[in-house]
Amino acid sequence: MSLVAFTLVALVAVGSALGLVLRRNPIHGALFLVVNLGCVAVFYLMLGAEFLAAAQVIVYAGAIMVLFIFAIMVLIPGKEETGPDPRRRLRTWALPAAGLLFLQIVTWLLLSRAPAPSGPPTEGGVETIARLLFSDYLFPFELTSVLLLAAMVGVLLLARRRA
Amino acid sequence: MVPESYYLTVSALLFSIGVAGVIIRRNPLVIFMSIELMLNAVNLSFVAFGHRLGSYEGQAVVFFVMAVAAAEVAVGLAIIVAIFRLRRRLSIDDLSLMKW
Repeated sequence: MSLVAFTLVALVAVGSALGLVLRRNPIHGALFLVVNLGCVAVFYLMLGAEFLAAAQVIVYAGAIMVLFIFAIMVLIPGKEETGPDPRRRLRTWALPAAGLLFLQIVTWLLLSRAPAPSGPPTEGGVETIARLLFSDYLFPFELTSVLLLAAMVGVLLLARRRA
Repeated sequence: MVPESYYLTVSALLFSIGVAGVIIRRNPLVIFMSIELMLNAVNLSFVAFGHRLGSYEGQAVVFFVMAVAAAEVAVGLAIIVAIFRLRRRLSIDDLSLMKW
């Protein structure tokens, strides 16, 4: 039963990723990416990471994609990819290269020995993650806040009219 | 129960599609979205490995990746908008100033 659900979600995820790469209109690409992020959130739920699933929907599918769609609306770059591609010969190598990369990762996965599960499978546990973030990972956590502040100031500087 | 290796395979597939998107597309915004796709694929493998090992550390790392990705998207989109203001067009082939 869960395998059927997994297969369905995986098909939607891969299909929406292909839609992002193959559709010419960037708005369609952004909407496909939202579908893909939702599918990954469902995977998180299946793996028992409820907190990350919620964060994925709020941060990625909410905030980040709204930013993307804003940028697409501001720039209206829909006409940029209509002309003939001057580097078509080079770009046809992309598909074999990506396929080779996929085969490489999968063979590495098949050849490597699976690590023995060292504990019971994780489930939910917002308290556990919070305890981890505020004890072992306290310094990176505070650094993240500084990083976000720096990004905010940097964006303000970049987006000024007369920079 | 779905084995973790299935999740890892889907993750590898999404990552490869993202790589193909970065190479094929000419619109910097779509290239940026493909990079987000690759980040998500890696996040998925982190959570799958954490599930396998019975550890919450993978989820903590994914939390940090999400925060860094949010900062990265804001700065990257601001740079793209600034480039568009400067040149009035937006194609990745024009941006070869730093290529040697």
